[in-house]
Amino acid sequence: MIGSPAPRPRRRGARDWAESRPPRWLWPALAAPGVAWLVVLFAVPFYAVIALAAGGQDPIFGDATAEWNPLGWNLSTIGDAFSGVFPGGTQWGPMGRTFVYVALAVALCFVLGFPVAYYVARFGGRRKGLLLALLLAPFWISYLMRMLAWVNLLQPDGYVNDALDPLPGFAGVNWLDGRWSTLVVGLTYGYIPFFILPLYAALDRNDTRLLEASRDLGVGPIRTFLHVTLPMSRQGMLAAAVITALPMFGDYYTQDLLSASPRTSMIGNQINLFLRQGSGSQFGSALVLVLSCLLAVLMAYYLWSTNVAARDVR
Amino acid sequence: MTAAQAASSGERRSFADWFADPFRKPRFLAAATWIYIAWSIVPVLIAIRISFNAGRSRSAFQGWSMNWWTGTPGAALRDPQLLTAMRNTIVLGILTMIIATPLGVALAIGLVRWRGYGRRPANFLMLVPLVTPELVMGSALYLAFTQLFTVVELGREAQLLGHVTFTVSYVVVIVRGRLLTIGRDLEEAAQDLGATPLQGLRTVLLPLLGPAVFASLMIVFATSIDDFVISAYLSLDAGSETVPVKIYSGARRAPTPALNALATVMMLITFTAIALAMLLPRFFRRGQTGDTGSMVQDFAALDI
Repeated sequence: MIGSPAPRPRRRGARDWAESRPPRWLWPALAAPGVAWLVVLFAVPFYAVIALAAGGQDPIFGDATAEWNPLGWNLSTIGDAFSGVFPGGTQWGPMGRTFVYVALAVALCFVLGFPVAYYVARFGGRRKGLLLALLLAPFWISYLMRMLAWVNLLQPDGYVNDALDPLPGFAGVNWLDGRWSTLVVGLTYGYIPFFILPLYAALDRNDTRLLEASRDLGVGPIRTFLHVTLPMSRQGMLAAAVITALPMFGDYYTQDLLSASPRTSMIGNQINLFLRQGSGSQFGSALVLVLSCLLAVLMAYYLWSTNVAARDVR
Repeated sequence: MTAAQAASSGERRSFADWFADPFRKPRFLAAATWIYIAWSIVPVLIAIRISFNAGRSRSAFQGWSMNWWTGTPGAALRDPQLLTAMRNTIVLGILTMIIATPLGVALAIGLVRWRGYGRRPANFLMLVPLVTPELVMGSALYLAFTQLFTVVELGREAQLLGHVTFTVSYVVVIVRGRLLTIGRDLEEAAQDLGATPLQGLRTVLLPLLGPAVFASLMIVFATSIDDFVISAYLSLDAGSETVPVKIYSGARRAPTPALNALATVMMLITFTAIALAMLLPRFFRRGQTGDTGSMVQDFAALDI
């Protein structure tokens, strides 16, 4: 039976294809609300910090007034804040302490966290899911709740003192009266999950065949660790250290909860202190600028290293 | 330790053999890991246990009771101030979740597909909040709301704007990870079959993104209710304080374990949200094939 041939489906030409492509403006338009939000509520507020730090003081009330025009900026307060955080300056004490505490806490994170991340990455096996869930648990417990738990434990009649009672020299210590050791351990406790997880992710990507190769070539476990494992995980360790150190530099609540003594005040405490009083907010915002400049190096390094890592994966 | 040294004494040698044995059980590492896990979780369990104390002690166990949950006028679930803080926190979390998630999903799709000028600065602007210390972001928002955007009063509205600002990037990172694994094939197939680009987005891409969107909702909610610095900087008075702010101001002063009970309530709410984020997508996915990823992957993606 011969009828009219069924109309052949027209082959889709390049032109149709081009027409079915989304219009070029669609993707920027989707991104636009989010970008606008971040411009108005992230970039502009940061400009407000500069405008206030470079502004003037109200002649009557002494309150800080913002100067929105860059041509009218008065940089003397920012200069004071910058020279203040170096040795000999008014803020050198808190700034120096901040560096020392953060360095000690990151070192402690490394000592306590590396074995954990390494064990879960290499030997997690069947239990990996459970171990990861337990490592993630602290992320979902409010930081303040975790510090409250330590405030309970470290009370003079708390369980830490009960446990240390048999040891000589630890009778009735008040751990919460401004000790740098309590603060460093508290910072470690608070931020170590941020250290372990990225380190775990980096170690998990390591190629165990290289360890086997090293062993087959007669290298002992310690030298294998030093010459194979450590160099392979250097990137991950640095990224983990940076992402842990960044929030520690801006921390003031751990100090307030576990020490509350000016002897251990950190730069975050100074910023908080100055910003909360009307007349100090100019110097406070200048200190925020100084801290941001110091941390910009770390932030840039982190963004760069994750960018490189992401490119390697793709 | 060299082989020669190890061979010099029988005991040493056996230790060296044990140490060099690649198949020995990693007992030290296992012990270190479990000790760490205990150290990270037990203090919180003790704090929860203290909330059930019969007595007023905040440092030792004193029997069991619900005094500090419901039993006394100052208990967590009866004290009007604590209840206000709890309501503030939850309302703030829900509103943040409702606003930040669509904003972040659209931004993620836009950033992944956008080719050409403007993409890189926009991407940079999205990433920087993830590495900015909260004190810097909180104080900048505080100064902006007091000096520049004075139409927005400190308090709930300012807190909402601040929370959306710091959570939107989390959504982008989670959704972007999923977008890159999905690829464009299915959507292009839909367009070959006659769907318009917007239909492709709506009927193919968004359903595939479902689990990531749901995980984002829950993670934003959990992050928002646990946040302290931004809530504290943008709160106006006791009426707009959130639970973490209450814990901060009461931790060293509070006379009773009611604060522990309050913190426990919030912890339970966070854990419920996270459990939902992990379990619900798995439930809906039953019978479907293909790897759509897991919560742990989503979370690991958070380190950018």
